[in-house]
Amino acid sequence: MAESKTKSRRRTAGSSDGKGKTAAKPKLPDKDTCRELLSQMALIRRFEEEAGRQYQRAKAGGFLHLAIGEEATIVGTTSVMRPDDYLIGTYRTHGHAIARGTDPKRVMAEIFGRVDGTSGGRGGSMHIFDLERRFMGGYGIVGGNLPLAAGLALSSDYKGTDEVTVCMFGDGASNTGNFGETMNVAALWSLPVVFLVENNLYGMGTALERHSAVPDLSHKADGLGIPGVRVDGMDVLAMRETVAEHIKLAREDRKPTLIEAFTYRYRGHSAADPEVYREKEEVEEWQRKDPIETFAKRLIKEKVITEKDLQAIREEADRTVTDAVEFADNSPEPPLDSLYDHLYVLGNQVPGWYGVDERSPDSHAAEEERDATARARQLAERGAEYAEDEELREAEGDQPDTPPEDVH
Amino acid sequence: MAVMRMREALRDAMAEEMRRDENVFVMGEDVAVFQGSFKVTEGLLDEFGEKRVRDTPISENTIVGMGVGAGMGGLRPIVEIMTVNFALLAMDQIVNHAAAIPYMFGGQVRVPLVVRMPGGGGHQLGPTHSHSFEALFLQIPGLLVACPSTPADGKGLLKAAIRDDNPVIFIEHESLYGLRGEVPENGDGVVNFGEAAVRRDGSDVTIVAILRMVEVAMQAAKTLSDEHGVEAEVIDPRTLRPLDLDTIIRSVQKTNRAVIVEEGWPHGGVGANLAALIQGQAFDYLDAPVERVTGADVHMPYSRRMEQAAIPHGEHIVSAALQTLEGSR
Repeated sequence: MAESKTKSRRRTAGSSDGKGKTAAKPKLPDKDTCRELLSQMALIRRFEEEAGRQYQRAKAGGFLHLAIGEEATIVGTTSVMRPDDYLIGTYRTHGHAIARGTDPKRVMAEIFGRVDGTSGGRGGSMHIFDLERRFMGGYGIVGGNLPLAAGLALSSDYKGTDEVTVCMFGDGASNTGNFGETMNVAALWSLPVVFLVENNLYGMGTALERHSAVPDLSHKADGLGIPGVRVDGMDVLAMRETVAEHIKLAREDRKPTLIEAFTYRYRGHSAADPEVYREKEEVEEWQRKDPIETFAKRLIKEKVITEKDLQAIREEADRTVTDAVEFADNSPEPPLDSLYDHLYVLGNQVPGWYGVDERSPDSHAAEEERDATARARQLAERGAEYAEDEELREAEGDQPDTPPEDVH
Repeated sequence: MAVMRMREALRDAMAEEMRRDENVFVMGEDVAVFQGSFKVTEGLLDEFGEKRVRDTPISENTIVGMGVGAGMGGLRPIVEIMTVNFALLAMDQIVNHAAAIPYMFGGQVRVPLVVRMPGGGGHQLGPTHSHSFEALFLQIPGLLVACPSTPADGKGLLKAAIRDDNPVIFIEHESLYGLRGEVPENGDGVVNFGEAAVRRDGSDVTIVAILRMVEVAMQAAKTLSDEHGVEAEVIDPRTLRPLDLDTIIRSVQKTNRAVIVEEGWPHGGVGANLAALIQGQAFDYLDAPVERVTGADVHMPYSRRMEQAAIPHGEHIVSAALQTLEGSR
């Protein structure tokens, strides 16, 4: 029964864009800003396509969640944030880090699990992080980043700064306990935070109206003191306008709010998603509203850029991504004796055993891994060699379903 | 030195650290106006005001998560969880976030967070307010675990915890809040993590105990001496991570016998862990299997008699110590 219901209701781009925000087309910002917005979106698109391709080549393991289709939601948001504002996101945040200024090379190296990755190969695709650019992480637990966002906002408020935290999460996260708990305390304590739900209409493979009793997510936190608005997440300018307005509310009036951005991921939830829960026509319909195509067409039509400029932007994105792959490919594997690094902050003195390494008969304190016996090191090396068998197996075709090739 | 109760020592530790560093603040359920459900935060609101002593909604996972976020943002939060059992509601933030973040982000950010919580039985609080989860937290890499047994250690370890850049699970015992003891005043009085205290010297058997069981072990040691001519060495590790394994191993090398005492459950417990470490590192010195004394493998019953039967007492420890000596005397 539920199946027929989902089949009969195609979630179209037209029916769910930002109500009340569609009347007037937002005005174009200056030429440089327009170019920058387009370039960033094109770069993220290209990066994600290539990440997907590299995943198919078994250069990346685990899960890979691509944000293709969601570029305007990301770039519209980051383009109106200050460098000292915090951004925190989900497990689909390669683009968010890049939009904040993180070098795509380091993001790709993290996806490859290499030493030059943003987390030195410890986090992977789901856990990109860049403190310097105040991109406070990718998180693998749905809804887990909401309390962290409130805490970051609390630290800004506590220190008397006017920094704002923008917390992005998916529609599925609106059903977690953290959503209710965090909305309540953010409103109660007047924290400078903007909650932004990237509503791509599916919590993994479960459609919005099958997972949320209140499908209008902009009103889901009304009873918790957080008012919300809806915006067309496929429109980079509408995103800019709305997010800027709500950042101002947080920064100047200490009013936390919720923005529901309608967006769509063209690819599956992860690269291992056979996409049985939606129709091909639905994906195609959203692709006709593509944030990059639409914006590029408008810029050309209004003579901000030429076709040639667009071509140059795409070529530049292509070069950047090719360089990123080359960089990631050449980055070394993390050294095995660094296994326990960063687990603890050790003082000048290290009394006691912080960790225990029991992988070999030569037990030792984990923080002394570098001084481990030859036998312990040999066993670690033997363990690591299994990684190569795994790669071999994957290269032979034991891979999840191939995601569809993209339009770009 | 001043004689004070554990709860006052803990309060003084927080107050002194808050005076020392304005990034230190306290939040939790009923910590401000109510002054703490066990009165550990008494007086803090008056001295430091609402910015630094914050009552929170009953939202454990979010409170701890905010502590993690605030720590990442440069503050040094102390989060009070009303009872250890309630910390289970915050396990996602404790394990997947506080403990994982420094590691999974390659050391870019620190989480200098203290999560305080009282546990333990003896007050007929029944199956959801009386447990001992030291082992649960001990298992998680990235966390430090402190478990003070005296007011001086309560103060000294809490001060160290607040200054530490790692996330610390600070376990208090409900029955120890009223315990009196000598505590250093005003001076730092910091007790380093990873340094065990030898509470009693002895040559016949090593007894390792934590939290309230240290006091019980000391009584048992007296009985062993008075009634059985057995001199027990009593060691209080004070922190389980980092663990002063060296002091424990040295003692076992001397006594050749070990008894480990905890209130928590036996499977995968603190004792199970220590027994494995001791046999691995001091097997040749052991004259008897390592004995464990633990709480009963049940949810804490409410009935006063049943509850007391479920908690280790001196008799259990004496019996276990004599067991290790069987045949050798």
